Amino acid sequence: MALELKNLYDDFRDADTIKAYAKMIKEDAKKLENPINIMEVCGGHTHTIMKYGIPQLMPENINFIHGPGCPVCIMPKERIDHAYVLSMQENVILVTLGDMIKVPGSNGSLQDARAKGADVRFVYSPLDCIKIAKENQDKKVIFFAIGFETTTPMTAALINTVIKLDIKNVLLHINHVTVPEVMKELIDSRDIHVDSYNNQIDAFLGPSHVSVISGSKIYEEFPRDYNRPVVVSGFEPVDVMQAISMVIKQFIEKRCELEVEYNRLVSYDGNIKAQELIEKYFEKTDLFKWRGLGNIAKSGLKLKSQYAQYDAEVAYKDILPIEEIEDHKLCICGDILRGIASPPECTIFGTACKPTSPIGSCMVSSEGACAAYYKYGNLLKK
Amino acid sequence: MCLSIPSKVTKINTETNMATVDTMGVSRDAALDLMEDGDVKIGDYVLLHIGFVMNKIDEEDALLSLDTYKEIIELMDEEDRKKAILEDDECPNRAV
Repeated sequence: MALELKNLYDDFRDADTIKAYAKMIKEDAKKLENPINIMEVCGGHTHTIMKYGIPQLMPENINFIHGPGCPVCIMPKERIDHAYVLSMQENVILVTLGDMIKVPGSNGSLQDARAKGADVRFVYSPLDCIKIAKENQDKKVIFFAIGFETTTPMTAALINTVIKLDIKNVLLHINHVTVPEVMKELIDSRDIHVDSYNNQIDAFLGPSHVSVISGSKIYEEFPRDYNRPVVVSGFEPVDVMQAISMVIKQFIEKRCELEVEYNRLVSYDGNIKAQELIEKYFEKTDLFKWRGLGNIAKSGLKLKSQYAQYDAEVAYKDILPIEEIEDHKLCICGDILRGIASPPECTIFGTACKPTSPIGSCMVSSEGACAAYYKYGNLLKK
Repeated sequence: MCLSIPSKVTKINTETNMATVDTMGVSRDAALDLMEDGDVKIGDYVLLHIGFVMNKIDEEDALLSLDTYKEIIELMDEEDRKKAILEDDECPNRAV
C-alpha cells in the first residue's frame, strides 16, 4: 500500500485502534506490581490525552501527570512585561506568534497593549518579520521569540536571514527554553509539602516535535542516570496509546530504556541542520524563571554575545523592568506540574481562574493542564 | 504550540528555498531553511511548523506503524473471540 496524506491523519486517530490498545493496556496493567505515574512532558500530549478522554480508557493503576511543556504557560510575567513595555515604545512594532495574544502580564496582555495603541502583530511564521521590517524601515521590528526546541531553529533561521539580507531594523527578544533541564528539575526538586524529593514521576512520554529537532538522544540520561523510562510519542491519540503501552511493557519486563514510538519522524540524532543553526546563534542562560516552577539552571537560551546588536534585551536594557514578580498565592500550578496536585484540587480552578481570565500558568493556553481540564474535564466524570 | 501539520510537497522553488505543500487540500508555502539542500523532493511527506518544513516523514515507518495497528486490532479481536468461547464453554446454563 502506498501512503496517502489522509492516512497520516485518519489512521492515527482510528477509534478501533485506540480501543484495541485500551484493551491491551488493561490486560498488561494487571501484571504490574505497582501503579505507574506517567508524565506527558508536552502540552500537546496533555491536549490529546484530555481531548480523546484517554484517562477514562486507562485502568486504575495508570495515572497521568501533566507536564510543563507548554511554552506559553510557563512564560513568567516578568518576560511578558518586557514584551508589553517594548510594544509601548515609539516606533516599535512588536511581533510574536499568535499563542501569546492573551497571556496576562502585570500590566495586561499584548492584546491589551494593542488596544492602548501599541503596534503589536501576531504572525504565523517568524519569517513574516522580514516583510514587516522592509515595509517599515523607519521603525524597529522586535520579534518576541517563544517556544521549546521545536520553535528555536525557526528563530535562528530568522536571524540568519536578517544577517544575510543585511536588514538593520529587526531585533529579537529571546525566551526559548529547553526540555531536558525541566525534566531533571521535576525529578530532583524537593517537594516542600512532604519534605522529600519528588518521586511521583515513574516514566516520561517524550515530546513529539522537540524530539524531531533534537533527536531522541537528549533523553538518554533519564533511563540511565535517573531510572526513568522515556518513550518518545507522536501527538495523535493512537501514538499516545501505543507509547503508553510501550511504557507499561517496560515495567512488566523490568526494562528501563529510551524508546521511540514516533519513528516516522524522530531519529536518534534529530535534525542536524536545525541543531547547527541553534548552536550558531544561541547559548544557555545561567537561569530561566519558569512560571509556576521558579528558576531552573541552564533551561533557557539567549543570543550569543557576538550577536548582541540584534538583542532587544541589550538595546532596551534601560527601560526593561527587572523586578521579580511572585506567582499568585492561591495558584497551585507548581504542584500540578510536579504531579503533587491535579487541577480540580485548586481552590480557584474554574472560579477565579478560567481560560478567559487565567491566574495560573496552566490555565493560560489550551495546552496547559488546567485549561485542558476546564475544557474536557467532563469526559473524566465516570 | 508545538503542533505541526503533515503535508505533501507539490512544488519546490530552489531560488527562494521554499516549498509549496498541500495540507489536506490547502496549499501553502514553507521555508526549507532547516533542511539540507536537495533533501526535500516533490511528493515527499513533510511536517510543517510555523512556516518551516521541520522534517520529512518516513513513509516506510509510517506504513509499518499502520500495519502494526492492524495486527493489534486483529489480536485483540482474537482475544475477544477466545474469551467469548471460553465464557460460553463455562456457562452454567450450557448443560440445561
